[in-house]
Amino acid sequence: MLDPQVLKARLEQALAGATVEIRDTTGTGDHFEARVVSPTFVGLSMVQQHQQVYAPLQDVLATGELHALALKTYTPEQWSKVKR
Amino acid sequence: MIDEALKARFDKEISENPIVIYMKGNLLFPQCGFSARAVQLLQPFGKIYSVDVMKEPAVRDGIKLYSNWPTIPQVYIKGKFVGGSDIVADLAERGELEALVKG
Repeated sequence: MLDPQVLKARLEQALAGATVEIRDTTGTGDHFEARVVSPTFVGLSMVQQHQQVYAPLQDVLATGELHALALKTYTPEQWSKVKR
Repeated sequence: MIDEALKARFDKEISENPIVIYMKGNLLFPQCGFSARAVQLLQPFGKIYSVDVMKEPAVRDGIKLYSNWPTIPQVYIKGKFVGGSDIVADLAERGELEALVKG
């Protein structure tokens, strides 16, 4: 069982200035969805953005403790447009 | 480090087939919601070459090293790594999948 708050803290620590929202989609502590808005994404492809998010979670992904993470990544500018 | 023979196999599969998916299960019977979703989104754009990673543990681990991507499914179009099911869904939403396949 993973605590979404722990995942959130890890990501916010790894990605300077990021805002992270995490939701446990099944209530089983292994399937999550995350929305990550980070200035570190500027100029990166979507693949590179997702790789930045996966990197600090490498260990729990490898063990399968984190089975699924549905990801939405935005730069702060993209997010300000989506929000409206 | 990724095994050389495995890397050669991936290079070949990805260069010879316009749409490749490494997934759990097969096209008819996907064994994971994310794999199913990616297949469903790709299907309108042509023949999909699929590899069931559940049948080949070495492939399941190897493909993650190959792309530096920790999850399955993984989609490759025209020889390039596209991403997992979220990215495929985003591209489909923006209508950009077709251009990738034709590109």
